[in-house]
Amino acid sequence: MLLPRALLLLLVTALAGKAHAQETVDEGIQIGLSTDRVSITADFAGANLTIFGALDNVDPLISRQGRYDVVVVLEGPPRTVVVRKKTRVLGMWINTQSVVFRDVPASYSVAMTRQPQDITTDANYRRLALRTENVHLRPLDPEENASTLAEFTDALRARKEARGLYVEYAGGVQFLSRTLFRATLRLAPNVPVGTHRARAFLFRNGVFVEETSAALTIRKAGLEQRIFEYAHEESFLYGLAAVFVAIVTGWLGRMVFRKE
Amino acid sequence: MGIYLPIAEMSVNMVVLLAMGAAVGFLSGMFGVGGGFLVTPLLIFYNIPPAIAVATGANQVIASSFSGALAHFKRGTLDMKLGGVLLTGGVVGSSIGIYVFAYLRSLGQLDLIVSLLYVAFLGAVGGLMLVESVRAIRRARGGQAATLRRPGQHNWIHRLPLKMRFRASKIFVSVIPVLGLGAIIGFLASIMGVGGGFIMVPALIYLLKVPTNVVIGTSLFQIIFVAAFTTVVHSTANQTVDVVLAFLLMVGGVAGAQYGARVGQKLRGEQLRALLAVLVLAVALRLAFDLFVRPASVYSLATGAV
Repeated sequence: MLLPRALLLLLVTALAGKAHAQETVDEGIQIGLSTDRVSITADFAGANLTIFGALDNVDPLISRQGRYDVVVVLEGPPRTVVVRKKTRVLGMWINTQSVVFRDVPASYSVAMTRQPQDITTDANYRRLALRTENVHLRPLDPEENASTLAEFTDALRARKEARGLYVEYAGGVQFLSRTLFRATLRLAPNVPVGTHRARAFLFRNGVFVEETSAALTIRKAGLEQRIFEYAHEESFLYGLAAVFVAIVTGWLGRMVFRKE
Repeated sequence: MGIYLPIAEMSVNMVVLLAMGAAVGFLSGMFGVGGGFLVTPLLIFYNIPPAIAVATGANQVIASSFSGALAHFKRGTLDMKLGGVLLTGGVVGSSIGIYVFAYLRSLGQLDLIVSLLYVAFLGAVGGLMLVESVRAIRRARGGQAATLRRPGQHNWIHRLPLKMRFRASKIFVSVIPVLGLGAIIGFLASIMGVGGGFIMVPALIYLLKVPTNVVIGTSLFQIIFVAAFTTVVHSTANQTVDVVLAFLLMVGGVAGAQYGARVGQKLRGEQLRALLAVLVLAVALRLAFDLFVRPASVYSLATGAV
């Protein structure tokens, strides 16, 4: 008699607990790319990439107050990068110092629902390694001098920003309905090829809730890709082909323009 | 109109490149030089990475020198034997140059050395040519005929052993300076992306006393091979030859060269040399300016190479 009662009690508490959990279940976020592959063709001059996404379990009240924020990041493939510094030697500007960084995202673009300081605190961005100023940059040599490292890390970030590879767009993410949103990211004309990772971060009242990600491959289209591969895999034959093209062009030029 | 360069991995304006090729072609047709010494700096000014500018410049030079050499071959103003010996030296020099190039690139000093070599060589050659041609113009005004060849004069070069007779050039000279000259040109070709005509032409005229009419054809002839060799080796060792970029430059260049040659025929020899000297000096000054003036950013990035 005692046993079933205890069991029932257990069951009731468990049910109550589940019901409680359901009330405060966290919002979820999902994103979908319209394409998982972007091709760079001969006339590529940059492109807009649109990412659609949806929120689950939205609290209507918070949603009405507009207190949900989404930050979408498109991160390029990791590369090893050498940062060099010029100093003046005998009146000339010469590369004298360098620091090698590994796994540097080749590009990093961020789109967000509004101004970054209105979404969450700097400490939160830092914790999530979010935004261009918090991109994780590690030197190849872990024993690098701290002040040199700080200087070169800032320089790397600044050069990437100057080339339009590290960018942020406040307002790049727009809610289409209470749950649907659209993020627009600009791919620069010099966008690096390789596998990019799109990540979306959901914030509620400035508190980070959830993150999701999707992969996107950026590659050169047909001919450009073949030329690139050929140059790297069959580099000797590629060189011969380049010479052949030059000889034929020179010869044809002579034929076409000869009006002596 | 934008076009994506597969090796340089950047979008550039096709019209700018065609125009660049045409302008260089016009000048090279006018002065009878390959134009490599103009192409590489122009590409660098246009933000093409120097390593790619150099290797692609060598590729472009093949087209313009082949086109030019064909014309000289038909006219018989080409010394195959002399070209062959120069070429032997050239291949050796170019091979050494490629290794030096890859080494400098890994050190991060390639841009500097390329610029310094350009400033030094263009400055020296341009300066000498300007002085010589201004003198020639003065002499011509004074009523004397302007001649370059003074057959009676002999210098230390003519005392070296291993002499060889070059019939088409009407010279009897040791092969040592010929091979050496070829090697220097080959070395510069691979590091600077030039055919080396701007050094070869004065060296053949002033050092080896080759008659001027044979000089340009012979120089172009050997440049074809040295540039071809350089292109293949750069492609194999560094993968820095961008055929799309080279092709655009060639098309513009070949077209421009034909018009340049017509204008060139109307000008007198010494006037032509004076103009070329001014042009060469201008490129040297522009490169020197970049070396000595504080860059917009003292930091630069290079991907991949460790």
